[in-house]
Amino acid sequence: MFNCGKKRLLAAVLATAVSSVAQAKTELTMYYPVAVGGALTKVVDAIIADFETQNPDIDVTAIYAGNYNDARVKALAALQSGQPAQLSVMFSIDVHELMDLDAIIPFDEVVTSVEDKAWLQSFYPALMKNGQVNGKTWGVPFQRSTIVMYYNKDMFREAGLNPDHAPATWTELVNMGKKLTKHDVNGQTTQWGAMIPSTGYPYWMFGALAKQNSQVLMNQAGTETYFDKPEVIEALAFWKSLGSEHKIMPEGTIEWGTLRQNFLEQKTAIMWHSTGNLTSVKKNATFDFGVSMLPANTEMGSPTGGGNFYLFKKSTPEERQAALKLVKFMTAPEQAAKWSIETGYMGVSPASYNTEALKNYVKSFPPAAVARDQLEHATAELATHQAGRVRKLLDDAIQSTLTNQQSAEEALKSAQKQADRILKRYK
Amino acid sequence: MSRNQQIYAWLLLLPALSLLAAFTHIPMITTFWRSFTSSGMQNNTGFTWENYRYLYEDDVFWQVLSNSLWYAAITVPVSMFLALGMALWVNSKIHGKSILRLAYFTPTILPMISVANIWLFFYTPEIGLFNELLSWFGHHGYNWLGDPDLSLYSLMLMTIWKEAGFFMIFYLAALQTISPDLYQAASIEGASRWTNLRRITLPLLMPTTLFVLVNAFLNAFKLVDHLFILTKGGPNNASNLLLYYIYENAFSFFDTAYAAVLTVVLLILLIALAALQFGVIERRVHYR
Repeated sequence: MFNCGKKRLLAAVLATAVSSVAQAKTELTMYYPVAVGGALTKVVDAIIADFETQNPDIDVTAIYAGNYNDARVKALAALQSGQPAQLSVMFSIDVHELMDLDAIIPFDEVVTSVEDKAWLQSFYPALMKNGQVNGKTWGVPFQRSTIVMYYNKDMFREAGLNPDHAPATWTELVNMGKKLTKHDVNGQTTQWGAMIPSTGYPYWMFGALAKQNSQVLMNQAGTETYFDKPEVIEALAFWKSLGSEHKIMPEGTIEWGTLRQNFLEQKTAIMWHSTGNLTSVKKNATFDFGVSMLPANTEMGSPTGGGNFYLFKKSTPEERQAALKLVKFMTAPEQAAKWSIETGYMGVSPASYNTEALKNYVKSFPPAAVARDQLEHATAELATHQAGRVRKLLDDAIQSTLTNQQSAEEALKSAQKQADRILKRYK
Repeated sequence: MSRNQQIYAWLLLLPALSLLAAFTHIPMITTFWRSFTSSGMQNNTGFTWENYRYLYEDDVFWQVLSNSLWYAAITVPVSMFLALGMALWVNSKIHGKSILRLAYFTPTILPMISVANIWLFFYTPEIGLFNELLSWFGHHGYNWLGDPDLSLYSLMLMTIWKEAGFFMIFYLAALQTISPDLYQAASIEGASRWTNLRRITLPLLMPTTLFVLVNAFLNAFKLVDHLFILTKGGPNNASNLLLYYIYENAFSFFDTAYAAVLTVVLLILLIALAALQFGVIERRVHYR
C-alpha cells in the first residue's frame, strides 16, 4: 500500500515535471504608447494574437501605457522595481537617455544571422536616424510618422482656390490662409485659415519650421543644440506672425489634443498634425479633405516622429531572441502594411509599400503615401542627452513667444543658453 | 499602567506604525537624504549643496511655487464657501432635494481623468462649450487654456467645481447632527435666521470646517491629474504646480535628486500648514 502510494507520487511528480517542460513558454512583457486618435489598442492586440498563434512557445503581454511619456515612465519603473519587461515601444527620441541609464542594448548584439542583419537594413534610412547612435542601432522603427498638412477641399473650393493644390510655400500658406479665414458681421473669426498645435509636442512642429528654413535643431550625437541660429529665430517669428500679424491662426497656444476635432468640425481649413491621425480623420470627416506635404520656405522639411522598439538589457538570451522574433514580426512588410492602413502611421520599410494590401490602399486613397513621400525631405526629431529637460526649454520658449511674453529672439537665446549649460557635461 | 498593558498597547499600534514607517517616514528620510546627492542618475559625487543652490536659481521653481500658493489661496476658501452654501440649501425643506444632492455630488464620483478630458473640450476655443455660451451674448470668447493669464484660473474653476460638491457632503452630514431643539429654543427667544446661522450653525460646524480645511489644502497641493490632461503646466509654465513639477523632474527629466529637493520643499510647506491648522485654529474649535 505504502509502496503503491510512493510510486503514484513519483509518477505524479514526473508527469508535472514533463508537462511543465512542455509548457515552458518564453514570456515577454512589452509596453506601448498611443499618442493619436482611434482604437489602436485593439489593433495591437490583434497583431499580438496573430504572433502568439504562429509562435506557441512565446507568450506576450502587451501593456498599453498612455502617451509616450507615460509609457517610458511605466516601462522604466517596472524595470527598476524588478518586474521584467524585455522590450517596449517608446519615443524614438528617448534613445540617448535610455542609453545613459544603461537600460537598453543595441540590436546589433542580438542580431546574428545573415537574414537578421539584412532585416536590420530593410528600413527607410530617415526612420533610422533617431535610432542610431555611435554606429549602433538601438531602436527599430514601428509607429512612425511625419507631420503632414490636412486641408479641407470644400473650403478651398468655396474660397476660389484649387482644391488639388495645397500651399507649397510659406508665402502661399499666408496668402491662401487669408482667403480661407472668414469673419462674421461682428468681425469675429468663424473659420480659421490654418492651425499648428503648440501644446503636447510644440518642439516637434517647430522642428518642421526650422528645417523648412534650412536649419536643424541639434547634432546627431545629441550634445549640441542650435536654438539661437538666425534661421531658427526667423522660423519661430514666422510661426508667431501667422497669428499676430497675418491673423490666419488663433493667437495663444493651440491644443494638440483637440485640434483634430477642430478640423473635423470645420473650424479650420488647414491643420498640421501627425500622419498617425490619418485613418481617424478619414473615418470621421464629413467633407472632402486632402493631405499634402508641409510647405517650404528655403527647402521642404518635416521631422520624423513616433515610436521605436527597444530591447531592455535585463533579459536572458532566450528572451532576447524571442523579443527579436516579435519585433521582426511586427515590422515585417505585411504587418507594417496592416498597421499603416489601420492607423495612418507610415509603413516602415520600402517592402511594406510593395505588399498587395498597401499598394491597393494607396491606389484607392493616395493621402496614405504622403508621409512616406515626405521622408525624402525628413530630418531627425529633436533628441539630445537629458532630452526631457532640453525639450521643455524649447517648448517653453515657443509657448512664451506665441503667447506674447517674449520675442522669438529673446526666448530662443535664453533657451539655448540653458541648453548649453545642461549639455556641457556630455561633450 | 502595568508592563503587560504597555506591551499590549504597543502590539496594537504595531501594524499601523509599521505601515506608516514603510510608506511615510522612511521615504521621507530617504528623500531628504537623496536631496543632497548629485543631480542626474549616475555620477554620484556624495554630499552636495548644489541642488539647493539650483533651486534658488531656478526661475521655473519660483513661478511654480507662486502658482501653487495662489491656487491654494483661491480654490480652498471659494470651494469651502460654496460647499457650505450648497449644504445649507439642500438641508432646507425644498422639493427634489435628493436629486439636487446627487447632482452636487456627481463631480466627486466621476474619474478625474475622464472628466478632465471632457473639460478639455469645454475649454477649447473654437468648438468648446464655454465660448459657445459666451457667443450667445455676442462675446468672442477666450483661449482658456492657451492664454498664460487665464490657464491657472481655468484650472481653479474646474477644481472648485469638483471640490465644492465633495465638501458639501461633510457639511450636510454635520448639519444633520445639529439638534433641532437648539433652533426651537432660539425661535422662542425670537432669534432671526441670521442669528441662528451665526450663533448656532456655524460654531457647531467648526470641527467639520477644520477637517474640510485640512483636506482642501492637502488636495490643493496634491493636484496633478488635471494637469496631465488640460495644460501639462503650460503655456510656458503658467499653470505648472508643485507636484506636477516634481513629476516632471523625476520622470521626464530623470533628475531624481532635484525632484527630492522639490519634495522636501513640498513637505516643509505641508508641515507648516499642519502646524498652523492644528496649533492655532484648532484651539478655536468647539468640540462637544
